[in-house]
Amino acid sequence: MPSEEKKQEVIHTKIWREEPEPDNPFAAKKCFCAGYDVYGDLLDKASWVEYLYLLFKLEKPTQEQAKLLETIAVAISNPGIRDHSVRAAMNAGVGGSTAASVLMAALAVGAGQYGGAREVFLVMQLWEECGQDLEKWEKVLLNPPKEERADIWQPMEHPPGFDPNGVSCPAPIVQTLKKLASLSNSNSSLNWLLENQAALEKTVDMPIAFTSVAATAFQDLEFSSEQGEMLYLLLRLPGASAHALEQKYYGIKKYPFFLNKLHLIDESDPGQP
Amino acid sequence: MKKNLSNLIQHENNWITEMGASFPGERVVFRGKDVFQELSKFSWMQVLLFGITGREFSEDQARLFEGIWVISASYPDPRIWNNRVAALAGTVRSTGSLAISASLAVSEATNYGQRPLIKAIDFLIDTCKRIKAGEGLENIVLTELKSKRMLAGYGRPIVNKDERIKPLLELSQKLGYKDGEHVLLALEIEQILEKNNYPFKLNAAGMDAALAADQGLAPNEFYHFMSLCFTAGFFPCFIDTNSTSEGVFFPLRCEFVSYSGENAREWGK
Repeated sequence: MPSEEKKQEVIHTKIWREEPEPDNPFAAKKCFCAGYDVYGDLLDKASWVEYLYLLFKLEKPTQEQAKLLETIAVAISNPGIRDHSVRAAMNAGVGGSTAASVLMAALAVGAGQYGGAREVFLVMQLWEECGQDLEKWEKVLLNPPKEERADIWQPMEHPPGFDPNGVSCPAPIVQTLKKLASLSNSNSSLNWLLENQAALEKTVDMPIAFTSVAATAFQDLEFSSEQGEMLYLLLRLPGASAHALEQKYYGIKKYPFFLNKLHLIDESDPGQP
Repeated sequence: MKKNLSNLIQHENNWITEMGASFPGERVVFRGKDVFQELSKFSWMQVLLFGITGREFSEDQARLFEGIWVISASYPDPRIWNNRVAALAGTVRSTGSLAISASLAVSEATNYGQRPLIKAIDFLIDTCKRIKAGEGLENIVLTELKSKRMLAGYGRPIVNKDERIKPLLELSQKLGYKDGEHVLLALEIEQILEKNNYPFKLNAAGMDAALAADQGLAPNEFYHFMSLCFTAGFFPCFIDTNSTSEGVFFPLRCEFVSYSGENAREWGK
């Protein structure tokens, strides 16, 4: 037998280790997450947010870190009934689609570059590039870098972290930023954003969006931009799920269809003006 | 910043489109064509391409594009990463549509699938333009390799040689599309790589991209067209595991996880 065929492939991980049950090598007797016995020790001690942090960072969060993550998790857990990702979920719900499709719809739409997880990723990349240097931020926001090659992600149509359709910064975003900043130290990126929000908004003539606040909180928690993108996708799902189930109950007839609101330019139609 | 609001107000309860609409009990319009009167004469592949580009494609062109899918992407091998998602969904008795949707989404990958495809066609179209503007091909290729350390459309994750090139070339020859400028360019680039001792051979993504570019597809149009290309391979993978005992698709023993993290420790209070 060639050596390649004999070699047992394995999954490599620093996150998870299991010990098998004596009677079944495919069933775990003990599960360890970053060294902590999940069902024998961690279960009644760690909060959900602490466990979430552990999974991504492989260390227990401090009380301050756990509080910050929990607060941003609450702030974004329901983006609201009019949010695009929630609307996608409700669309799945009213038609009686599967539960997974509700979340897949919310994820696909909530992944976007306008108010979605990709925007969080891009803002976090700007944090890596600019840090707490206002001049650098102003320069990159006004002259964003361009991809050399076409990509699955289209070029950004607005500065990441800002709302091109906004007027002033909505109160929930201001309230969230102020609360999160109050939970972090005075040198934090959140406090820097709070102090420089007006200057940044003046630079691009747009208010900051929730994506800016979330990305900055993830930055202060020292998550990578990829981790921030993933957390933003994950943590916004509770609202999408609940709204989809509610609309499933109300049914398709009580959900907007935009009847007569679509106007087709149809050159083949002799009845067209 | 009040000007920012005008876009939303303009579109409130008002979506103006040329793409299409259904008029229940009457007709369906698809990019200006009546589905029942005009599009019913099209093959599905022609409808798909028309939907993506707004342009009509001949039967031979549709056969070429269909051949690209059949030859390049219809591999019912459940070890291939996107197919494996369909297989896993099957083994746990998820639904067929969830399996296919998830596998499709996973196909938008960096190491294979959608990302190399769009980058390959962009590179070939861009290179073709630059040569016409007077640049040297060898210089373009070597500069691209130096800056990106890879060349979209060349090389492969597991084996270098791509068995799909030959049948793709045979199909394109049969249909009379073999000598398009992008196909010839793609083959010439392969020779340059060989001459400069780079171990990258033209792969199917590069050949698909070249064939599509010769038919006038822009990078985004090619990207949309190829987004469904793997579906034929997903279904057998799902059906196979779905019709075998539950949960038995490549089961993993606890010991087949190689852990290199922290030693056992206590959470504390």
